[in-house]
Amino acid sequence: MSPILESAAGFKFDNVKRNQLLSEKGNAAPRATKTGTTIVGLIFKDGIILGADTRATSGPIVADKNCEKIHYLAPNMYCCGAGTAADTEFTTSMASSQLALHSLNTGREARVATAMTMLKQYLFRYQGHIGAYLVLGGYDVTGPHLYTIHAHGSTDKLPFVTMGSGSLAAMSVFESRWRAGLSREEGIELVKDAIEAGIFNDLGSGSNVDVCVITRNNVEYLRNYVMPNERVEKEQSYKFAPGTTEFIVPKPPATLSGEEEGTAMDVSA
Amino acid sequence: MSIMEYCGAAIVAMVGKDCVAIASDKRLGQQQLTVDMEFQKVFPITERTYIGLSGLATDVKTLHDRLRMRVNLYKHREERVIEPKTFTHLLSHMLYERRFGSYFISPVVAGLDKNNRPYICALDTIGCIDSSSDFVVCGTAATNLYGACESLWEPDLGPEELFETISQTLLSSIDRDAMSGWGAVVHIITPSGVITRDLKSRMD
Amino acid sequence: MSSLLSHEIGYSAPIEVHNHGFSPYVNNEGTSLGICGEDFVLVASDTRQSNGGYSINARRSPKAFELSNRTVIATTGCAADAKQLVEDMEQRAQYYVHKHGREMSTPAMAQVLSQLLYTRRFFPYYVFPIFAGLDAKGKGAVYNYDAIGNIECVSHYAYGSAAALLQPFLDNQINKAHQRGADTTAKPSRAQAVKLAIDAFTSATERDIYTGDWLEIFIVDSEGVHKLTRELKHD
Repeated sequence: MSPILESAAGFKFDNVKRNQLLSEKGNAAPRATKTGTTIVGLIFKDGIILGADTRATSGPIVADKNCEKIHYLAPNMYCCGAGTAADTEFTTSMASSQLALHSLNTGREARVATAMTMLKQYLFRYQGHIGAYLVLGGYDVTGPHLYTIHAHGSTDKLPFVTMGSGSLAAMSVFESRWRAGLSREEGIELVKDAIEAGIFNDLGSGSNVDVCVITRNNVEYLRNYVMPNERVEKEQSYKFAPGTTEFIVPKPPATLSGEEEGTAMDVSA
Repeated sequence: MSIMEYCGAAIVAMVGKDCVAIASDKRLGQQQLTVDMEFQKVFPITERTYIGLSGLATDVKTLHDRLRMRVNLYKHREERVIEPKTFTHLLSHMLYERRFGSYFISPVVAGLDKNNRPYICALDTIGCIDSSSDFVVCGTAATNLYGACESLWEPDLGPEELFETISQTLLSSIDRDAMSGWGAVVHIITPSGVITRDLKSRMD
Repeated sequence: MSSLLSHEIGYSAPIEVHNHGFSPYVNNEGTSLGICGEDFVLVASDTRQSNGGYSINARRSPKAFELSNRTVIATTGCAADAKQLVEDMEQRAQYYVHKHGREMSTPAMAQVLSQLLYTRRFFPYYVFPIFAGLDAKGKGAVYNYDAIGNIECVSHYAYGSAAALLQPFLDNQINKAHQRGADTTAKPSRAQAVKLAIDAFTSATERDIYTGDWLEIFIVDSEGVHKLTRELKHD
């Protein structure tokens, strides 16, 4: 297949020079959707509990009120993402594909340390330019594991972790109430309270709480576990009467092929 | 000034009852200078999936051409029409592929899937998908549109009601954005076909 | 060698000029709006105070104030400057009462506010006020200003972090441009204005991270100033 039709793997850099030129001429590069986020994870008696808020922002504006920040990695592993939304989305989905292949090749369930190593090596290679800040949690043959992975490739292995712009609010809850051997109910409650601390005290975080409980042979993804920020009903309906807006029916309608109808090519003589 | 504000655009998509609508303004500018008043920003991808491209006009053209090629290839390889959600992921990958030298485009997709369920979403310049069950916006008038949509939109609007709501939303928003306007176009996608209508607006 | 001795021989260390980067202005964000009716005016503000980052300074820090029994002011920008400006206005209003034995008219007060802002032309108050009141005939009037006193009398206006979200909605519901057969000169009723203000703010709270917590609405009519409070979302 020709190189035009078949795209090569990896990033493309064909716009880089043009974009550099434009930014040198004073045209600032656009800003990507960020997940000014609260994401957390903790180890409880039987495994791992992950939590996340559901707000995605673009500057001071909320771009998505109910986005999913707990990403699937493998049947026994999930990963919360903060930072540049596209980077967390693609980095985790790429890791997920590689882990699936890894399990098929080895005939075993992938280990959490493997996923962590893959992610940190990938992120380190890009020197922090891929803005993914992750909380990785899972249960493998060696037990429950919880990691944080920073965009530059550094990692931590801890019993309770928080990340994102709401990490301080959430950590204040964890530091005051986390202990070893929490029950499932206590663990979920603590994660919920930590995320809510972020939702209410950090402007970058908001809307709902997502929770994911990972144990030996089970995963419970509790999407929108609590919804403390539902909009109140509006004071009135703003439906417009039919015929309110004046319009013109255009001619000709947009063609599906997008080809312009031009004059026929002159082929005489 | 950001390169995303160079040309100006206002694009909005809304979900109705068994229908979706997508609308855009028609202005093409070079910063404050208006160059074209009939610039197409919303394109049909299939008979029931439309895309709105806001951002740098050269990339609007380029991306639309490349998408057309990829969608045609999909049609020939798969022998079926691409679904709006599938198309969105195709687009998302095309944008993220250029993570470090992006197209200056933030797109909006609106369509009905094979079960006539409405699908709308917006993407950022590097392909992060923001899917929504009510409305999505993009362009220089995005903030204006968010405010107007948030108040004027309501669930379960029929095709004609949806036309009124999306038109009023768009017209009110572009009146307060210097970079967009000069007429508008609305497409309402229903199971029985697409209704396309032009709107008059302020020409200043 | 002691420092005293070094001084005696005429040595002195070069004086270092420390620049602590003091910035006199802070934008405390938040949103205000004003709506003009036939025989009333309405101003509304949220009460969240922040500083452009991701933290909340205060959840209940009012931005709208009652100036007299027929005038109100809603501000955005720097909260400290706004407080000083409102106190200036109150003082000027008091002084007028003492001097002339009657209250200043609404248009006169609107003019005073403009002049107060312009007196600080080269070190302005970082405040964007919306001033509203009833004139001598009991008709409503809403004025908006820039930070250095440019004044405009309008039917409705929004200022602050969610101004761009509110303004198109208010235009649509009050001016009714682009609506076939609509009366584009009619002013909203009092009940309608309150509904618009509440819906505008609940909408702004959904999408603007700096708007929220509580909404304070001031309505001025022939009986005086009425205050309404609504809870907004806290996230």
